[in-house]
Amino acid sequence: MIKFILNNQSVETALPKGTTVLDFVRYHKNLKGTKIGCREGDCGACTILVGELAGEKLKYRTMTSCLMPISNADGKHIVTVEGINRDDGGLTPVQSAMVETSGTQCGFCTVGFVMSLTNFCIDDTPKTNEAAISAIDGNICRCTGYKSIERAALSLCGTAARRNGDAEIHSAIGNEIVPEYFANIKERLSEILNSRFQIANSSNRNPEPGIQNPKFLSGGTDLYVQRPEEMVYADTENLFDSAALRFINETDEFIELGASVVVTDLLESDVFNRLFPNLYKHLKLVSSTPIRNMATLAGNFVNASPIGDMTAWFLALDAEIELSDARSSTRTLPLKDFYLGYKQLAKREDEFISKIRFRKDFTHFNFEKVCKRTYLDIASVNTAISLKMSGDVIEHAHVSAGGVFATPLYLRKTSEFLKGKEISAETIAQANEIIQTEISPIPDVRGSAEYKRLLLRQLFTAHFVELFKANIQ
Amino acid sequence: MKNVDSKSHVRGESVYLDDVPLLQGTLFACVYDSPIAHGKLKNVDISEAEKADGVVRVITAKDLIGENQIGGILPDEPLLADEEVHFCGMPVALVLAETEEQAHAAAKLIKAEIDPLEIVTDEREAQAKNELIAPPKHFRLGDAEKAFATCEHVFEGRADVNGQEHLYIETQGAYTIPTEQGGLKIYSSTQGPTAVQRAVSRVTAIPMHQIEVDVTRLGGGFGGKEDQANAWSALCAVATQLTKKPVKYALHRMEDMRMTGKRHPYSADYRIGLDKDLKIVAYQAKFYQNAGAACDLSLPVLERTLFHCTNSYFIPNVSATAYSCKTNLPPNTAFRGFGGPQGMFVIESAIAHAAEKLGVSKNEIQRKNLIRSGDEFPYGQIAESEAEASWTQADQQYDFAKLQAEADEFNTQNKFVKKGIALMPICFGISFTKTPMNQARSLVHVYTDGSVAVSTGAVEMGQGVNTKIAQVAAKIFSQPIERIKVHTTNTLRIANTSPTAASAAADLNGRATQMACETILERLKAVAQEMLKDGAYRVESSNGNAAGKPSEGGTQSGVSFENGFVFYNGEPTSLDWLLVVNEAYNSRVNLSEHAHYATQGINFDWSIAKGHPFAYHVYGTAIVGVTVDCLRGIYEVDYVKCCHDFGTSMNTSVDFGQIEGGIVQGLGWMTMEEVFYDSDGRLRSNALSTYKIPDVYSVPKEIAILPLETSRENLAVFNSKAVGEPPLMYGIGAYFAIREAVKAFNKQNFVKFDAPFTPEKVLMNLYSEISG
Ligand SMILES: Cc1cc2nc3c(=O)[nH]c(=O)nc-3n(C[C@H](O)[C@H](O)[C@H](O)COP(=O)(O)OP(=O)(O)OC[C@H]3O[C@@H](n4cnc5c(N)ncnc54)[C@H](O)[C@@H]3O)c2cc1C
Ligand code: FES
Ligand code: FES
Repeated sequence: MIKFILNNQSVETALPKGTTVLDFVRYHKNLKGTKIGCREGDCGACTILVGELAGEKLKYRTMTSCLMPISNADGKHIVTVEGINRDDGGLTPVQSAMVETSGTQCGFCTVGFVMSLTNFCIDDTPKTNEAAISAIDGNICRCTGYKSIERAALSLCGTAARRNGDAEIHSAIGNEIVPEYFANIKERLSEILNSRFQIANSSNRNPEPGIQNPKFLSGGTDLYVQRPEEMVYADTENLFDSAALRFINETDEFIELGASVVVTDLLESDVFNRLFPNLYKHLKLVSSTPIRNMATLAGNFVNASPIGDMTAWFLALDAEIELSDARSSTRTLPLKDFYLGYKQLAKREDEFISKIRFRKDFTHFNFEKVCKRTYLDIASVNTAISLKMSGDVIEHAHVSAGGVFATPLYLRKTSEFLKGKEISAETIAQANEIIQTEISPIPDVRGSAEYKRLLLRQLFTAHFVELFKANIQ
Repeated sequence: MKNVDSKSHVRGESVYLDDVPLLQGTLFACVYDSPIAHGKLKNVDISEAEKADGVVRVITAKDLIGENQIGGILPDEPLLADEEVHFCGMPVALVLAETEEQAHAAAKLIKAEIDPLEIVTDEREAQAKNELIAPPKHFRLGDAEKAFATCEHVFEGRADVNGQEHLYIETQGAYTIPTEQGGLKIYSSTQGPTAVQRAVSRVTAIPMHQIEVDVTRLGGGFGGKEDQANAWSALCAVATQLTKKPVKYALHRMEDMRMTGKRHPYSADYRIGLDKDLKIVAYQAKFYQNAGAACDLSLPVLERTLFHCTNSYFIPNVSATAYSCKTNLPPNTAFRGFGGPQGMFVIESAIAHAAEKLGVSKNEIQRKNLIRSGDEFPYGQIAESEAEASWTQADQQYDFAKLQAEADEFNTQNKFVKKGIALMPICFGISFTKTPMNQARSLVHVYTDGSVAVSTGAVEMGQGVNTKIAQVAAKIFSQPIERIKVHTTNTLRIANTSPTAASAAADLNGRATQMACETILERLKAVAQEMLKDGAYRVESSNGNAAGKPSEGGTQSGVSFENGFVFYNGEPTSLDWLLVVNEAYNSRVNLSEHAHYATQGINFDWSIAKGHPFAYHVYGTAIVGVTVDCLRGIYEVDYVKCCHDFGTSMNTSVDFGQIEGGIVQGLGWMTMEEVFYDSDGRLRSNALSTYKIPDVYSVPKEIAILPLETSRENLAVFNSKAVGEPPLMYGIGAYFAIREAVKAFNKQNFVKFDAPFTPEKVLMNLYSEISG
């Protein structure tokens, strides 16, 4: 039985656990404010708030309900527009702002924007203009041209920043961003989770031995795009909410991460912000806020898309992955040895990624990605690089590239070549020659083969422009 | 004045097709569509699907009771493929099941046996094979052939411009309900309720008076739901007719993208001749329109390409020919601008070509040739031009010279980042070019509590037409907007409507509403006059003395309504709206009116291709500035600054919203939006993950809008001007601005005119000598 709080109502459901939250709220709960624009996570019309207890804290994030199975709602607070609407028919400050700036035309996208901006007002990020716009980076509008919505978003920074001395949620209630009932959601969720804890302890949650080929489900942002119908009834092992897979640790030598860490966790991690000075700029290039809130690292690695951004990122860190199975036997493998061929992995079907780790000993890191649309788009080509410099000399280098081969690609020869070299226009040119021998791009909707070759050359060069302001003329 | 729907929008309480509560027993439909772009349909095997869980029935062409035909202009579009399939995505069969999921699952079990025929996706190839929707159309002014001989400079070239997916965020859909005695009620997400009614009538053989089509609002249309909404209603209607059950079909995004047509791609050959003073003396253009597999609206779209082939320039000698080419793609259709933007792209390309070869700036040629009042358009209408006014006001207000100087300076300072600027004047004719469509009706009821209900033929799709119509009624009745409700668009209340298109809905339906309200108001004034006459109501003069009752024989014009009160000869009285309305009812005076409006003074004769097709033109000029990252081949739009001709805007927040939205849609078309069919006619950009429209980060950092100062009268409601389509064409400026920036980096390269300017094309052009 899946149990969660939907707006102000506790719900339990025996529906197939793969049912999307979108279908659940619209067609089972008749909450029609949440709209359907694509069922692919790409438009944001179905955006909801998901409140989750993390330790003592109740934290809200936006998610696209079309890609979210109700199993991932278990034990959480799911908020649709009906859950923030005022009973007196009036408008919340977010809704007023959208009306005042004429941020709504046909209205079909509007609720998604309202939800994203509501989350902006209740989460604990700084209320900068940049953050306000960033909050709506997953919402597409075909009517307004966004300028009016931008004005609405910017006008909210003041309200959102108004603190009543309390925790975020109490400020938000005080500011009338969300209704009063939000005040005791934390307690109500604890109750659900406590009752859950006992059940969980009393039952064996490992897959039963008879079941072959268990499929793992994390955030669902690939699985629900690729096979939405099948997923409703699929018997998956759900890894998304496993606390054991959701950590970021630092040791002397390594950074270790649980496999279910999502991209947003990296963005919010102090360790990552320290190690990667351009973290925000780079991770903004990966999907959108609601998708980053759902997209796990392991999901990205196992999906094995040749243009997976996080895969390119961790390949360039020469990361290792830990694979486990139901019997808890584990083994470790360099990520670069994980990819055997197109969507072929060095992994048994019953193995899942449990941990990821990489050495901290790099001095420079850069990530480049170009697509048709700079944000919320899949790369035509992406590439990442990590370097350990000693003086002017490259002690070691790891370079990855996506979109130029059947798998995510660790550029072995190029990485090897760079070792011991000094940074110069000549080194870059020679490395670029080697890169061209390591890749074999396929023409597709994201570009011709010639374009991808040229683009990787440019982006590889861009690494050095970014990191060393290299003179590339 | 905000959009009257905005409160229910932000609360998620506005109703769209998929939100209509379902009746018990509703069946869900799903189309099985052709996986092959062209072939003989030998057999459709539905046996497995019929046996599938929850399936109630599978319908194919032979089941239709009426005619298997939904072509609105030409009868060339079967509802369900019969003997042949003509494009990938052509509906072949319709599955009906108890749940949506079951319908989708069963559709996958259908197998069609198709003998492939040759697939043509390219418009020039189709034209060469004489695969045309209709004979070509021509526009002629002066004698271009002769004039070219006198030109100092002549340039010729080719311009290509791709299509555009509408990407209304609400997909297409319909919900049909059987009504008694064999009738149908249809909820449709359509811009053309009457078109739906006609199509349904045709395929079911049920007469139109038995078919009620009701539209609350659309989650976006942009032309994509003008004719292309018909099929889904027609399919559901056939299903309801055969099963006697309500039937619903709300398309999935990928179904919508693959089965519906888009903006027409065009290829064109141009020839432009200038004299030594850079005056354009002659222009010749051949347009190849990619119509797709059926006519749909391709012919009027083609005509508008011709109407706008000289944009806002006066060219004394023009010869333009346009071919509507039949290909194996989904039938392309209306899209904001309706062929006009493609025509403008080609003339702008020709001018850019000439400028580049002559070593002058493009805007110099543009400016010298702007059309003036009294000049003749190639189709015979005489211009009442605001072209120079809008250009000059934009130029001065935004200081173009300074913007250009800053960009030039920036470009000398930076090697790998370049700026480009372009000026984009527009001139867009308002009216349906098919004259009979320029009519509208409005039904206004005043109720005895003083509230007012209005119904018109206009469909609300975000453009704010309901708000403007409510404003018309509120203004005439001097009532607060809350007392006015503009109701659903319904074929029982308003018959024989024109689609909500051509930017004309507010003009036409607003005028009809104005007429209906004024008629009722005149009656109410007469009633008030009578009421004042008997002395029961005081008239208060401004100096405080009672002015007494109106004298016998006093004119009715002495009575007016202001803020809900009756005024007499400008003086307030104690008589108010509600009292007058009730007295009118008691005196058996008609409180309802159904008014009819038809635009006057327009005509067009296709036999000579001359006339006066437009009530007026909308003019404007935009300055577009971009920055190109020449290392990565990506770009940003820094600003679009325009001077736009609104007339007297009825609602600036609605109109500014239309401008901003139109500009961004136009930019999308010119930059990232790439409709991509493979050579088998299969759509590869078939989802939001592969077809990109602008997001919040890709819009211009600044959009500035300056209303043109003018006092010219025009035919629209309260002297406003239509605003829906024209601003989209400012987006064309982005193409030419990017081109300028690319040229600043790679001076040897002549950039082909081939929109959209995707990052791929940018990078390939930046490094053309290396890649080429
Ligand atoms: C709108 C949108 C935009 C996107 N943009 C980007 C982008 O810009 N860049 C990018 O790289 N990706 C993008 N993606 C893809 C996707 O978000 C990522 O690949 C994401 O990291 C997948 O993680 P997930 O947890 O959602 O995976 P899921 O869908 O849950 O799973 C994906 C696969 O991984 C398997 N799996 C999941 N967890 C484990 C595990 N621990 N061990 C073994 N197998 C596991 C599943 O069985 C499945 O095969 C986008 C997706 C969407 C919908
Ligand atoms: S419906 Fe588009 S993101 Fe969910
Ligand atoms: S208002 Fe129509 S899609 Fe945003």
